[in-house]
Amino acid sequence: MTRLVVVDETQFGASLDSALTRRRISQVVLYALLIIGALIALLPMLWMLSASFMPTGEASTYPPHLIPTRITFIHYRELFTRLNLGRYLFNSALIAVVVTSVSLVINSLAGYAFAKLRFRGRDRAFRILSLGLVLPVQVAMLPLFLLMKNLHLINTYWGVIIPGMASIFGIFLIRQYALSIPDDMLDAARIDGASELRIYWSVVVPGILPILATLAIWTFLATWNDFMWPLIVLSDEAHYTLPVALANLSGEHVMDTELMMAGSVLTVIPVLAVFLFLQRYYIQGVMAGSVKG
Amino acid sequence: MGLDPSRPVRISFVLVTGLLLAFAVASCSSASAGDKTTLRIWAMGREGEVLSQLIPGFEKEHPDIHVEVQQIPWTAAHEKLLTAYVGDATPDIAMLGNTWVPEFVALNSLAPLDSFAERSKEIRRDDFFPGIWKTNVVNGKTYGIPWYVDTRLIFYRSDILAKAGYKEFPKTWADWTTAMKKIKSQMSDKQFPMLMPTNEWPQPVDFAMEAGSPILRDGGRYGAFEQPAFRKGFDFYLGFYRQGFASPVSSSQVSNLFQEFERGNIAMYISGPWYIGEFKNRLDSATQTKWMTAPMPGINGPGVSMAGGSSLSLFAASQHKKQAWLLMEFLSRPQVQLQFYVLTGDLPPRKAAWQDTTFANNKYTKAFRDQLERVVPMPQVPEWEEIATTIFEHGEQAIRKARTVDQTLSSLDQDVNAMLEKRRYLLAQEKKT
Amino acid sequence: MMGARARAPSDVGKAAWLFLAPALVLIFVFFFLPVLASLVLSVTDFDIYAIAKPSTTRFVGMANYTKLFHSPEFWQALRNTFYFAIVGGPLTIAVSLATALLLNAKLVRFKSFFRTIYFTPFVTTLVAVSIVWRYLYHTRYGVLNYALAHVGIAPIDWLGNPHWAMPAIILMSVWKNFGYNMLIFIAGLQAIPQDLYDAAEIDGAGPVRRFFAVTLPLLGPTLLFVSVITMIGYFQLFSEPYVMTQGGPLRATTSVVLMMYEEGFRWWRMGYAAAIAFVLFVVILIATLIQFRLQKEHA
Repeated sequence: MTRLVVVDETQFGASLDSALTRRRISQVVLYALLIIGALIALLPMLWMLSASFMPTGEASTYPPHLIPTRITFIHYRELFTRLNLGRYLFNSALIAVVVTSVSLVINSLAGYAFAKLRFRGRDRAFRILSLGLVLPVQVAMLPLFLLMKNLHLINTYWGVIIPGMASIFGIFLIRQYALSIPDDMLDAARIDGASELRIYWSVVVPGILPILATLAIWTFLATWNDFMWPLIVLSDEAHYTLPVALANLSGEHVMDTELMMAGSVLTVIPVLAVFLFLQRYYIQGVMAGSVKG
Repeated sequence: MGLDPSRPVRISFVLVTGLLLAFAVASCSSASAGDKTTLRIWAMGREGEVLSQLIPGFEKEHPDIHVEVQQIPWTAAHEKLLTAYVGDATPDIAMLGNTWVPEFVALNSLAPLDSFAERSKEIRRDDFFPGIWKTNVVNGKTYGIPWYVDTRLIFYRSDILAKAGYKEFPKTWADWTTAMKKIKSQMSDKQFPMLMPTNEWPQPVDFAMEAGSPILRDGGRYGAFEQPAFRKGFDFYLGFYRQGFASPVSSSQVSNLFQEFERGNIAMYISGPWYIGEFKNRLDSATQTKWMTAPMPGINGPGVSMAGGSSLSLFAASQHKKQAWLLMEFLSRPQVQLQFYVLTGDLPPRKAAWQDTTFANNKYTKAFRDQLERVVPMPQVPEWEEIATTIFEHGEQAIRKARTVDQTLSSLDQDVNAMLEKRRYLLAQEKKT
Repeated sequence: MMGARARAPSDVGKAAWLFLAPALVLIFVFFFLPVLASLVLSVTDFDIYAIAKPSTTRFVGMANYTKLFHSPEFWQALRNTFYFAIVGGPLTIAVSLATALLLNAKLVRFKSFFRTIYFTPFVTTLVAVSIVWRYLYHTRYGVLNYALAHVGIAPIDWLGNPHWAMPAIILMSVWKNFGYNMLIFIAGLQAIPQDLYDAAEIDGAGPVRRFFAVTLPLLGPTLLFVSVITMIGYFQLFSEPYVMTQGGPLRATTSVVLMMYEEGFRWWRMGYAAAIAFVLFVVILIATLIQFRLQKEHA
């Protein structure tokens, strides 16, 4: 194909120029579109950042200011002193880290078992679990709340952590990846006398490290951003996670635009940081998962 | 894949261990704070903010008691309190809107306070406005100590009223309507004599009560919305919007009511006593000499207003009832109530506090003192919060002309009767036993 | 020789169940069981009185469902949710596809840089973003109306006007979610062999023709899958109306899940709320079955 085009270009010089011009124009158009798109994607968050540094009242002016007339940190200070945001940050971090680490272990054990261990009832159990993917999680929330009440876990960290400790999606993701582990490696380890648990830890885990990384990031982000269940289960502000605290603040301080923007910035920065830092794993996981189906 | 995730794995391992340790420490240290008893009190809105300033006085008198104040916004307070009840996570004391007291009593979540009150030297029942104290009595027992009274009044621009020919605020509905017509004729298209957000229930309820409606009938078993009394009040309420006296906006659409008041874009607003403080703090100096309060006009003369307010209630699950009572006594002292008034503008429920010069010379609170003589309590049913919400939701439908008045009132009756069905059933059961 | 024979299957089986136990127990107790309990709850009148005294619960059969189907608020919530999903879903997909095509273009460099930027909204916390957009949508001081004023459009009361409130939420959701499907489409586009495009080009097909003749058909299965998944996600609308509009104005943005939350956790009519939850489940189940059907037909 390429050869033909080259021959064309050298034989017809005029069309070479127009082809290049067309190329240039297309490039300019494409980049213009991309940049406009990038601005649209970023503008809300840039405004959020900018408004968080504006003096009180400046965000409610006409015409709207895009850049603060002067930069002030008082909203951030107020968030951390009077409004206790440090506590909520800690709560969110604690819950997200605990859920991520625990669920990684639980989900990978199960995912590996489904992928590589042969046992009776495996297919039936797998089918039943697949059913669970269709059930929207909100259907479970009312009785789950009553269950938590009877376990005295309302308004506790565990009340938020426990429902997140195992996830059907996570199990399936790990299983999909674990299928590609060579059986001979596992059999060889068995012949060497290693226990199943040993095999899991020394052979399987190193082999599925990339998907574990993806799942870890995914779980961390999802748990940090989770809103509805923590909203339902936490009644005491001492245990609030950031999204719940933020929603609470917005009810009280609806007129304090700059303060709310500062709160939003603080909520979003950790997840953005995790994402930007580790985006390769995350994005690769999404794209790899989709190609396989 | 060419990725080396082992470093992130190690980092997260350290993070996890660290946080788990912190977690363990955090969940253990909650209970024991040494020899001190810790009281937990929840309060809403501005009162919650201000409470923290009153607490040091109490802690100085009682060094063995430490008080933790938690603030909740009004928009979420009802839910949060109920969730706390359901999850056995209630505080020791909570500030409850007095219309919520019957609800929490129905759940058996509050402790009766009569024995405390009878023996108390600080809290004497006869010193409280009887109509207000009564709102806290359910089935003959007292379940809350009134903390501040709330009733609705008119806040208005005295200069705009004067320009329309009214040196004093109108005292009857008819006069009021004429005044608004006059003011509207002197205003531009974008201005309105009255600011009355459509998502507030006190206005339609107040007008209905003035017209003599009990809102609910048969001991709170059925709605009384289709009866003539409610209809009369409701018609008057709708008249504000139909005649262009008020713009059909919800409270969240009002960007800054103080600015609108300053600029004369609105001339009247119905709200509670805490707005005295807000107006004093937020209106510019030019407008400070131009506003005043007035009692609600009635059909034939000065009208009634709702007996609102908040109470301090003690939860039955509290492990520190005696100490909690001490805090309630402290907050009920006339001097502390005066301090509270200065900080919030909330009015004291005790006559003794009203005798202070702070009020004697206060031209703004005079109207409230007057109105307190003519307050009417809301129906004391646990479902009140939801019924109130339904009233303004149906009102909004009628205002925006999506429905006629007849449709609105009949569907109100339908909906409220459905809400009260369980209550009817339980009351019938009780009668049998 | 020690352990020279392969491990007995029963030993492997035992280990497998041990590995599965934590996950299965958790999922069963904290997910499957509550879902079943929801069904049971929906045929009772469990409410706040019942929380205080469980003995006041009554079995009511289909009464909750009958009440639901006669409730104008419920039908409005259902309409609102469908409106959101059926308009928002395809819109999101269209934007995802468009950006994927942009990023896949041969003439473009810095692909991963732009890809990251486009993905960023998806990662951010929904509550935080909803609060920001609430201010962007302010009738007077919001940046959006200001921008529209420059092209001659009068200020729109985005969150206060019942006709504009849901479109406002749709717009924000498209902005927030397009990045995820964009990635999936990029992967799908990269899987299309270049020869097919070259062949089409030789046949004289321009870029538009090539899109409809090559790209779209090959992307078909992915498109289908992504569409249904997105719509199923959109049926679960909750946080945006909760934070931005509280379901208003005039209940124009009350979704099915928001109504379930209000009935269940605000008014504590848990039996009734469970009926709403079950209806949601049925709707999503039907959507999923439709997806399976369509996939089978196209496979």
